[in-house]
Amino acid sequence: MVSDAPLAVPRFDRTERTLHWAHAGAFLVMLATGLVLYLPILAQVFSDRPLFKALHLAAAATWLSALALVALLGNRRTLRRTRRDLDYFTAEDLRWLRRQHPPQGRFNAGQKAHASVQAALALLFTVSGALLWLGERNTAFRLPGTIALHDVAMFAAVVLVAGHISMALATPAALQGMVHGTMPADWAAEHHARWRPEPPAPEPRPRFARVALAIWVAGAGLAGAVLLAADALG
Amino acid sequence: MTEDGSEPEGRPLGRRAFLVLVAGGLSSLAWGGSALDFASKSTLVLPEPLRAAIPVGQGWRIYAVNRPYPRFDPASWRLRIDGLVERPQTLTYADLLALPQAEQTSDFHCVTGWSVDGVRWRGVRFRDLLATAVPRASARALVFVSAERPYVDTLTLRQALTPDAMLAHAMDDQPLTRAHGAPARVVMPRMYGYKGVKWLERIVVTDHVADGFWEQRGYDRDAWVGGSNGL
Repeated sequence: MVSDAPLAVPRFDRTERTLHWAHAGAFLVMLATGLVLYLPILAQVFSDRPLFKALHLAAAATWLSALALVALLGNRRTLRRTRRDLDYFTAEDLRWLRRQHPPQGRFNAGQKAHASVQAALALLFTVSGALLWLGERNTAFRLPGTIALHDVAMFAAVVLVAGHISMALATPAALQGMVHGTMPADWAAEHHARWRPEPPAPEPRPRFARVALAIWVAGAGLAGAVLLAADALG
Repeated sequence: MTEDGSEPEGRPLGRRAFLVLVAGGLSSLAWGGSALDFASKSTLVLPEPLRAAIPVGQGWRIYAVNRPYPRFDPASWRLRIDGLVERPQTLTYADLLALPQAEQTSDFHCVTGWSVDGVRWRGVRFRDLLATAVPRASARALVFVSAERPYVDTLTLRQALTPDAMLAHAMDDQPLTRAHGAPARVVMPRMYGYKGVKWLERIVVTDHVADGFWEQRGYDRDAWVGGSNGL
């Protein structure tokens, strides 16, 4: 008898993968350029602070507009569903965090916690980065802890991302989900036993107002990136 | 609520963690500076090379406003001293090293919140530097011009003559590195670091104090550590 069970189950749709890789790519660019601004040894090697500051700020503007574009043009039902999946912790999740192994849903409790911390870091990076930029222009925005917050957020993010990447590389089945969108069914059954994959949310019909807003956001992001970079290059 | 109207299983702890982290992080805008001081003091147990490599509060961060950093060539470098002086001077690097030398250990404070304690400087006091040029009676201030355009800053003559202000050419027993402003930078420990012009190539003696690079952007001209820029 031939089983009609699928070999792979859909885990991340296009919207989710785009959001993930836009965020990840921007983080790596901002980390690399930010370290040149932060570490004296790299500052000496590259000896060009304005260039790396320009790249850092342009990446920040591009990142924020990319997140907004995914929210505008992507499948928002998927995003809401994913936020719910990440937000709610069951009794099993709390046991999982105490290093027991109850069956997990679409995300295990570690993945959920990781997402919450990363979301908070993204907001804190944005606020402290904006304050650093504004503080160079108006001392009213210069607060005693801004640089400490931006630095500590970086250290925390580096630790989290290093752990995230090493686990992804050690778990091809999970990595496959973020690269191709699907997870092997046997892996899902074993590691996400409580997960009942929902049918893909229908793609939204493109609406004129939303597309117009998206064009505006893309333009504003590009203009912001260019203006910030030009200003930093002097 | 899910799309079909049912309540999802479990409790929304993810958003709570998010909000707690955001609130804690934002509150650190107020107390983070003190925490950084504390953290930098507790990293004193770490070996010096590691502390120098990763500045956690305590440690240099290299700031510059133009690109790339000016390059120092001992053969062609000159320091001009002109303006309201009887005898305008053009000093070579060797001339600078031949002047009476002074040494000091002082703390360096940046207005953005980081500090480096106990920096050993070697250089020339402004009194000795200006002696050969002979400032006129109307002289009131010094304009320091960096090879890094358009960075300038000023000190009043009085401020420049404080006992721990100097034009330094060595830091921690080494000639100044390119990132630290080779071959010579202004050191004014009682004021924030933006008064310490790096890559110095000209001193203009004037009868009035003008705004420097950061002062044109709203920072205080008298940048006393702990007593300016809202600190």
